[in-house]
Amino acid sequence: MAVAERTTGTPQPIGFNRGAMGRVGLVLRWIALFIAVVLFLLPFYLILRNALSAEADITAPSWTLFPSHLQWSNIGELFKDTQVPMARALYNSAVVGILGTAGQLLLASMAGYGLARIPYRHADKIFYAIVATLMIPGAVTFIPSFIVVSSLGWVSSLRGLIIPTLFSGFAAFLFRQYFLGFPRELEEAARVDGAGYFGVFWRIVVPNSLPFFAALAAITFIGTWNSFLWPLVIGQDSSSWTVQVAMSTFVTAQTINIHELFMAVAVSILPLILIFAFLQRYLIQGVTQSGIKD
Amino acid sequence: MSASVKTPWATDPATAGERRGARRRKGIAGNTLWFWVFVGPFVVGLLVFSYLPIIWSLVLSFFEAYNTATPSKFVGLQNYIDMLTDHNFLSSLGTFTIFAVFIVPLTFVLSLALALLVNQVKIARSFFRSVFFLPTACSYVVASLIWRLSIFNGVRFGLANTVLDWFGIDGIAWLSTVDPPWYWLPIVTVRLWLQLGFYMILFIAGLQRISPTLYEAAYVDGAKPGWQVFRYITLPQLRATSVAVLILNLIAAYQAFDEFYNLIGNVNYARPPLVYLYGISLGSIQDLGHGSAGALILAVIIMIVTLLQSRIFGFGKAGD
Repeated sequence: MAVAERTTGTPQPIGFNRGAMGRVGLVLRWIALFIAVVLFLLPFYLILRNALSAEADITAPSWTLFPSHLQWSNIGELFKDTQVPMARALYNSAVVGILGTAGQLLLASMAGYGLARIPYRHADKIFYAIVATLMIPGAVTFIPSFIVVSSLGWVSSLRGLIIPTLFSGFAAFLFRQYFLGFPRELEEAARVDGAGYFGVFWRIVVPNSLPFFAALAAITFIGTWNSFLWPLVIGQDSSSWTVQVAMSTFVTAQTINIHELFMAVAVSILPLILIFAFLQRYLIQGVTQSGIKD
Repeated sequence: MSASVKTPWATDPATAGERRGARRRKGIAGNTLWFWVFVGPFVVGLLVFSYLPIIWSLVLSFFEAYNTATPSKFVGLQNYIDMLTDHNFLSSLGTFTIFAVFIVPLTFVLSLALALLVNQVKIARSFFRSVFFLPTACSYVVASLIWRLSIFNGVRFGLANTVLDWFGIDGIAWLSTVDPPWYWLPIVTVRLWLQLGFYMILFIAGLQRISPTLYEAAYVDGAKPGWQVFRYITLPQLRATSVAVLILNLIAAYQAFDEFYNLIGNVNYARPPLVYLYGISLGSIQDLGHGSAGALILAVIIMIVTLLQSRIFGFGKAGD
C-alpha cells in the first residue's frame, strides 16, 4: 500500500508528503480508514448475526461472534407471525415504491420538459410557483397534508400513501434544468420529420435521457422505500402498513423477538442492497446531481 | 394518452401568407395547449397537495380544532400564544438546538475527513466509497432498531455494554439515562452512520472539481503539503459544497423524527419538535389547531435560519 502511495511524480491533492513524517501520516491514514470501515460495517454484521441466531444465542451473557448453528428457520417464523403482517407490508412497500417512483418521474419529467421547451407567456410564473414549494420544509407539512388526505377519505389506503407524494417540486426543478441542457439539434431533427412535442418528448428526449432517469429513479425509490413519517401518519390500519411502519410497530409489540425482528430488517434492506449492487453508478450520480434531496 | 398526436404546425391552408398567419395563430394556441398537457397534471397536484394543505393549515391555526378539520370557533392568535408559551414545545426546540450543535459540526468534519481519506487512496477506492455509502440503503427505522436492540440496549448482551465489560466497566442504560444524558450518544451516532456517506459523496464530487493546476502552483510556490495546502487550497475551493452540506444538514436536523421516535419514543427529555407536534395533532386527541400553529412556527424558524445561514456563508457568491 505504501509503495502504491509513493510512486507518484506529480503533487498529490491531499497530504502529499515525503520522508519519515509522510510515512507516519500515511500509516495513520490507513489506520483511520480501517477503523472507519469496521465501524461502518458493524451494524450490517449485527443484522446478519442476529437474523440467523436463536434467541438464546443473542441474549446470552457472553458475546457470540456468530451463531454456531445458522437458524434459517427464522425466515419462516417471521412470515408466520400473525402479530406483524410482514408479507402484506412488503407488498405495500413494493407497490408504493414502484408506483410512487414511476409516477413522480413521469409527472416531474413532463412538467420539466414543458417548462424548459414549450413557449408560454406565464411559464416563468408557474416555474416560480413550483420553486417556491422548495422553500417549505417537507416534514413540517405532514399535519396539513394529513388534513387534506383524511378529508379525501384516503387514510389507511395505498392511494393516500402514494398520490400526495407524487408532486415533487424538486424533481420538476431538476428535470427542467436537465432538459434546458439537452441538445436541441436532436429535437429539431425530429420536428422536421413532423413530430410534435409529445412525439419528440417520448421518442427522442426520454430515450436519450435514460441515465438521468435511472439516477433519479434510484434515489427516489430508496427515499420512498425508507420513508417513515408519512406512512406512519397514513397507515392507521395494519393492512396499509409499509415495511418501515411494520418494523417500528414490531418493537413496541408486547414481546420482542429479537431474532425475528432482525430477520425482518434483513428482508427489508435486501431490495435496496440489490439496487446498490447493480445501480451504484447511477445512485452516486443521482446524489451529486441532487444533493439537496434529503 | 393517445399516440396519434396532431402537431401544432402541421397545417395545410391554401395560400402562403394565409398559411403563415394561421400557422402562427395555431402555433401559439397549440403551444399553450401543449404546455398545459405537459405541466398541467403536475400543477394541479401541487395545488391540491402542497398549496391547499398550507392554506388550510394557516386557517386552522386560528381556530379551535379538536378532532376536526372544519372548525367553527375562531380563536385568533391564541393557538400561537399557547404554543410559544408551551413549556413542552419550547423544550422541544431546545432539544433540537442541542441536537444540531452535535450533529451539524460532526457531520461536516467527519464526512469531509472520509472524503479526503477515500479520495487519496490509490487502491480499492471504489470499495471504500461503497462501504461508507452503503448505510444510505438503510432507513432510520432499521438503524434505530439495530441501535436500540443490539448496540445500545442497555442490558448485558448489548454490544456497547459488552465492550464496557471487557474493560471492567459497569453497563449503562444508554437510552434512559438522563443524568448524565447518555441518550445523546445513540441518537447522534445513528444519524452519523446513516448520513455521513451521503455527504461524503458530495464532498468527493467537490474535491474532484478542484483543478490539479492549483495544487501544482501551490507546490511550486513552496506551500507545505498537508495542512497548509488543505487550508489555503482545498477548503476555499470546497466553499460551495461546504455551504450546501451545512444548510442541508441543519434543515434535515430540524425535521428529525424517525430516530427519536424509534429509539426513545415520545418522552419529554429528548423530544424534537416534530415528535411533539405529531403527538399533539395525531395522538389520541387530534388537536389540529395547535398542531398547525406549531408547524407554521417551526416552518418560519427553519426558513429564517436557512436564510441567515446562506447570508452568513455567502451562498451564491461562491462562484459555482
